[in-house]
Amino acid sequence: MKTIFEQSVPGREGCWPCEGLSEETFIPKELLRNEEAGLPSAGELDVVRHFTKLSQRNFGVDGNFYPLGSCTMKYNPKFTEVVGAMPGFTRLHPVLPQLQGAGRLCQGALEVIYETEQLLCEITGMNAYTLHPMAGAHGELTGVMLMAAYHRDKGNKKTKVIVPDSAHGTNPASAAIAGFEVVSIESRDGIIAPEALREVLDDEVAGMMMTCPNTLGLFEKNLPEIVAMLREVDALLYYDGANLNAIMGKMRVGDVGFDIVHLNLHKTFATPHGGGGPGSGPVGVSERVTPYLPVSRVQKLEDGQFVLDYDHPKSIGYVAPFYGNFGVFLKAYSYILRLGKTGLARATENAVLSANYMRKRLEDAFEIPYNRTCMHEFVLSAVRQAEKGVRALDIAKALLDKGHHAPTIYFPLIVKECMMIEPTETENKATLDTFVDDLVAIADMVQSDPEVIQNAPVTLPVTRLDETKAARGMELTEDLANA
Amino acid sequence: MPFVPHTPEEVREMLAVIGVDSVDDLFAEITESMRPQSFDIPEGLSEMEVLAKLEGMAAKNATDSASFLGAGFYDHYIPAAVDALTMRGEFYTAYTPYQPEASQGTLQAIFEYQTAICRLMDMDCANASVYDGGTAMYEATMMAVRKTKRRKVLISEALNPIYRVMLDSYITNLNLEVVCVPHKNGRTDIEGLKAAIDDKTAAVLVQNPNFFGSVNDFTELFNAAREKKAVSIISSYPVLQALLKTPGQMGADIAVAEGQSLGLPLSFGGPYLGIMTCTKKMVRQMPGRIVGRTEDTEGRTGYVLTLQAREQHIRRQKATSNICSNQSLCALRALVHMCALGEMGIRRAARLSIERAHLCAEKLTAIPGVEMLTDGPFGNEFAITLPVNAFEIISTLSERGFIPGFPLGRYYDDLDNGLLVACTEKTSEEQIGILAEMMRGALK
Repeated sequence: MKTIFEQSVPGREGCWPCEGLSEETFIPKELLRNEEAGLPSAGELDVVRHFTKLSQRNFGVDGNFYPLGSCTMKYNPKFTEVVGAMPGFTRLHPVLPQLQGAGRLCQGALEVIYETEQLLCEITGMNAYTLHPMAGAHGELTGVMLMAAYHRDKGNKKTKVIVPDSAHGTNPASAAIAGFEVVSIESRDGIIAPEALREVLDDEVAGMMMTCPNTLGLFEKNLPEIVAMLREVDALLYYDGANLNAIMGKMRVGDVGFDIVHLNLHKTFATPHGGGGPGSGPVGVSERVTPYLPVSRVQKLEDGQFVLDYDHPKSIGYVAPFYGNFGVFLKAYSYILRLGKTGLARATENAVLSANYMRKRLEDAFEIPYNRTCMHEFVLSAVRQAEKGVRALDIAKALLDKGHHAPTIYFPLIVKECMMIEPTETENKATLDTFVDDLVAIADMVQSDPEVIQNAPVTLPVTRLDETKAARGMELTEDLANA
Repeated sequence: MPFVPHTPEEVREMLAVIGVDSVDDLFAEITESMRPQSFDIPEGLSEMEVLAKLEGMAAKNATDSASFLGAGFYDHYIPAAVDALTMRGEFYTAYTPYQPEASQGTLQAIFEYQTAICRLMDMDCANASVYDGGTAMYEATMMAVRKTKRRKVLISEALNPIYRVMLDSYITNLNLEVVCVPHKNGRTDIEGLKAAIDDKTAAVLVQNPNFFGSVNDFTELFNAAREKKAVSIISSYPVLQALLKTPGQMGADIAVAEGQSLGLPLSFGGPYLGIMTCTKKMVRQMPGRIVGRTEDTEGRTGYVLTLQAREQHIRRQKATSNICSNQSLCALRALVHMCALGEMGIRRAARLSIERAHLCAEKLTAIPGVEMLTDGPFGNEFAITLPVNAFEIISTLSERGFIPGFPLGRYYDDLDNGLLVACTEKTSEEQIGILAEMMRGALK
């Protein structure tokens, strides 16, 4: 499909935002660019048709089952978009509450921040939240920075962060970027064993990053023991909220001893993933970590007014230009109000029910390395199929031909030929059954006609793409390529 | 229950397949001691009730004020096509394009975004975006630190103060030295920066137009940086960049920007868009997603994520950054915005914004006691000095529905009387006239 630049015709008019310009440029010529940029010149219908066609070359939750493990691709309710588009929110300049006397002009927005923080505190049992981090990985980095600030303030000499091999994939990079050495521990029988932790735990450990349930979909049932061990060396336990959809209303991370948690509102709280962002990755903390939260924080005064509060001398400072992705957490707030106490717990219950149902239905056709009760997701292995020369990647592509998005593949790294399946609570039983039937049919086809699977997909706009050519060719724009 | 489709009958069938009696049995591993001590959330509301509640909260925000606020974040007109196209569920409800065959829409759009941004900035390569302009500045700084293996960073005080405070927090644990060269009445001190570059300097960070709205040419500064093998980093303003001398022409190694002005509403601080571009030489230091063009097995053109050896899911703790997504939908909005306006539309928006700002500056400085703080060329934003404290004037005028600008004293100790005033193509001549009259009245 042609790019919009290939359709551009010099002189064709787009949407003029304004008329009535004077001839004067106001800025000396030597400070102006010497030629036009080369942005497209296309009519509005050309643009509309181009992007409509592009959208049709995409799978999304609205059109396809999207069981991407650890990404919680649940349905994104449409009413939250109505909230997100309310001019009373979209038109607000972020510096307003920083101006003397202008805080009264944005009380509703400050109230959204305050109320969202309160709800997240109660859902997870934490003492306080910041909504500033703009993605899950950004929440992780903020969390590890808080860990560093806590130890620095206490005069602790800490250099290491423990990351289990079943933890979320971004954890090691987040810890390293905040200046820590990363120590990995192997899971045993799919979960963290206290003995394995004991082997690496010493006074230099600042904390441990834990995903619970972990990326195998298994609950870390040794949690109380792990918490006690970390307390002995004054190490903080960090909760990666990627899989919070498995425990809402069943366990609160604050109650069981986590000190820092990041949530992924674009996962658990149903805000759209947008093709890879914008997300929102709020960070919650226990009382002892609260003084280090980023500024500003929203405070509710006795008279009910909301103000920004910067008076936190131990704060790690600023991780966002303002208050985080307001337009995103506004939708998550609306979603929480809509579901309420029972609805949130019901979401978790049905997410876990659907995952276990699919696991059981697939256990004959595929190897399931840890085949016991899972939480909201589970991991299959295509090792049997690999013996026939068909890999998890091939099976993923064959699923695309059936109209399903593929599961997460080759993650976690500890299971060979792995496929991580997370159905979420919003998919009906017929959809789950169709997916299972299609996956079983693919497994049968591996026995009878493996080449069909190896050559998939064949029904999409393109077949498999040459990634090596892309990396070597360096065609990163219309104007750049290695000769 | 909203958004959970299973009927009681289906739940029974599913439990039978699993071989347990109740849903509760599936949570047996969460033992009593780990159960919630409280879960005091209000019960759910209907869709109609939620919308009514949120409309009430939105109504507490006074968005009908005439605003001359900018300070790096601008209220430009967004063509209707931007919402209509980017709200399509196929874009909106997809995730990171892990399966390229099922994500050609997102991938081609990012490729086109990379092309448009590179042309605007006159640079070789762009990534698929990061969170915001401040994060882009921090990530650019870290690119320079990795490339040069040096640890001293030189920044201009005329850089957006928000970028400076974000940089300060991010590098707390990283043993970097930041040297800040003061502004001169709002002008970037190019000579001071040149003099401060030495053999330990990893990067020099400047902004155009700078925080005070002042337009510069940094060619000489970047030449000086190159002589010392330091990396030149510039932050620009995308709408004005359609007119202004480019980072590429000036010889920048990395050019970043806050992309909010390209089709993103102000939305009380986000989501925004961190634009990152660099020369081809620097691309392997770049964080985040990058899309490249390739072919499928039939020889058809297609797009994939590329150069992934830089990224966290391959490199784990040795990655260039922990960033694993982008602001994809915001990048799409920026692309559609640029396409809908087109080259001439963006240039017109920039020119009219500049024209209105010059009219506004002329009217305000005609008031006795009001003077330009910063001399020399400016774009759509300018700094003035008032005869009184700017915070108080803002407080007085905002009560009458006019927010006259941003108080420079918020970030600069000696500029309590300084006011930063911004206009866009949406600012009307009438509003400018009223602002001037109100200001004249308030200063009597």
